Amino acid sequence: MPDLILHGIRVEDTFAEAFDMAATALVLTAETPEWALIAATTMTGFATSVIGCGAEAGIDAVLSPDETPDGRPGVRVLLFGFDAGGLKDQLLRRVGQCVLTSPGSAVFAGIAWDDPNVGKALKLGGAIRYFGDGFATAKRVAGRRYWRTPVMDGEFLCEHSVPTVGGAVGGGNLLFLGRRFAETLRVAEIAVAAARAVPDAILPFPGGVVRSGSKVGARTKGMMASTNDAYCPTLKGRAGSALPPEVDVVLEIVIDGLSAGSVAAAMRAALHASTKAGGELGLVAVTAGNYGGNLGRHHFHLRDLIGEAA
Amino acid sequence: MSTLTLREAPPERLDLTGLDPARLAGLSEAEAARLAVGTSRRGLTLGDCFAISLDGSDCLRILGATDRLDRVGAGLAAGRIVVEGDVGQRLGAGMRGGTLTVSGSAGPFAGTAATGGTIRIAGDAAGSAGGAVHGAAAGLDGATLVIGGSAGDRLGDRMRAGLIVAKRAGVHAGARMIAGTIVADEIGDYPGYGMRRGTLVAARHGALLPTFVETGRQDLVVLRLLAKSLQALAPEAAALLRAPLRRYSGDLATLGKGELFAPVG
Repeated sequence: MPDLILHGIRVEDTFAEAFDMAATALVLTAETPEWALIAATTMTGFATSVIGCGAEAGIDAVLSPDETPDGRPGVRVLLFGFDAGGLKDQLLRRVGQCVLTSPGSAVFAGIAWDDPNVGKALKLGGAIRYFGDGFATAKRVAGRRYWRTPVMDGEFLCEHSVPTVGGAVGGGNLLFLGRRFAETLRVAEIAVAAARAVPDAILPFPGGVVRSGSKVGARTKGMMASTNDAYCPTLKGRAGSALPPEVDVVLEIVIDGLSAGSVAAAMRAALHASTKAGGELGLVAVTAGNYGGNLGRHHFHLRDLIGEAA
Repeated sequence: MSTLTLREAPPERLDLTGLDPARLAGLSEAEAARLAVGTSRRGLTLGDCFAISLDGSDCLRILGATDRLDRVGAGLAAGRIVVEGDVGQRLGAGMRGGTLTVSGSAGPFAGTAATGGTIRIAGDAAGSAGGAVHGAAAGLDGATLVIGGSAGDRLGDRMRAGLIVAKRAGVHAGARMIAGTIVADEIGDYPGYGMRRGTLVAARHGALLPTFVETGRQDLVVLRLLAKSLQALAPEAAALLRAPLRRYSGDLATLGKGELFAPVG
């Protein structure tokens, strides 16, 4: 199968394989942009992979006071889980431990309730109110119900429930095959910045980049996943290596989105930005990870992403 | 726009329950004229009292209204009723949606048990506006009631949900409140008597009950949400909510989850 070329960089004619996930979005607000970001960063910490962390989470956008329900600075975060039950468990733990505790914070649903993709509602404030030990009060404002839990800086205000999103997808990805670590990392950073500019998509790994791409299963009994040896440069030359001789480093980005369209848009933005900058940064090729197409029902073919969005 | 024009002051109180645009849209003028509105053995019909002009629209105007018209807009679910003049008791009772506007004043129990929609009274409202009628479980129950003038005593008595905005209110505003929000420029003595939950906001207030305790000044997020939601409906009330406010908690003689906010200083 002939490879594709974008901005002079080879793009393998393959696809990223992604999965249906349960997802929700929150708007976290605080007195200052810094404290909103602290709450969001804390809540989305240790959320790189749903297998090991229980959830995948990240910051989707920083919001100005004009964009938030309470007129304060805010941050929109996305949270993904295997299913609605697992997502709810992680939602309560993360809001309860990381946002309730953050000074001046408040929590709102990050998806409009009249959005056509709204799914099952997850009780959030209605569960966290029990921290108020019977002193919490509910307040309905403009058709939405909030819980006001007394805390030591005043009140923690949290929306009673937040909606899940139907059609959320996790696992969109791109792999950057480069020559030198520093330059390839720069390519990945450029790709991350482009993907993060796309609404409704997050990149849950550190800085949006993962250097330890994995394959399903392992030689060690009981391991669910293990290193993606085909793309490890120190294993070049062995049977099964997918790397040409000139590639000495591979970095990956992983994208979760509230819809297949948002994942595709983020992958497209990352593919174009990375190949555009990659010529001067020693980028050899861009490819994507899949499991043969048998595990996830969403296949993002790089061939389809090379063209500009329709 | 359909129109009902009162010919002369009625000889008895009239009950206009169910006279809403949706119901009248399905009737001819002759059929509408036969609807019973009297409250005595006289058997008055709509046609006896009003000149009727119907066009099937979702807006009904009632012209020349007097305070003998009771239960105007009661049970309204959708559409718009515009009243020119005064109305009697129980304006919009049990209303579920739509808008109800009165250019004059309203009698007692305006908005009682109304679960949705918006009621606007340009003039004054008598006692227990948004309050529960005797023996009822709740007063205003989710609707929005805006009173341009003065409300009588016991504004929002036993209200369960919703919002009341008034210029002034008499004594015992928010008495026995189950929940909901009342915002007024001025309220009389003993606000929130027996309130369990709910929020009272007043630029000025009379004597407070000893069972209300000051909890100080906190910049609460809920006040920002209320201010934002009131901006289009009542900008002056929104401005009050954005001012520095002191909070009182009560009524501690009962559940004590209610609150009164008043400006600092």
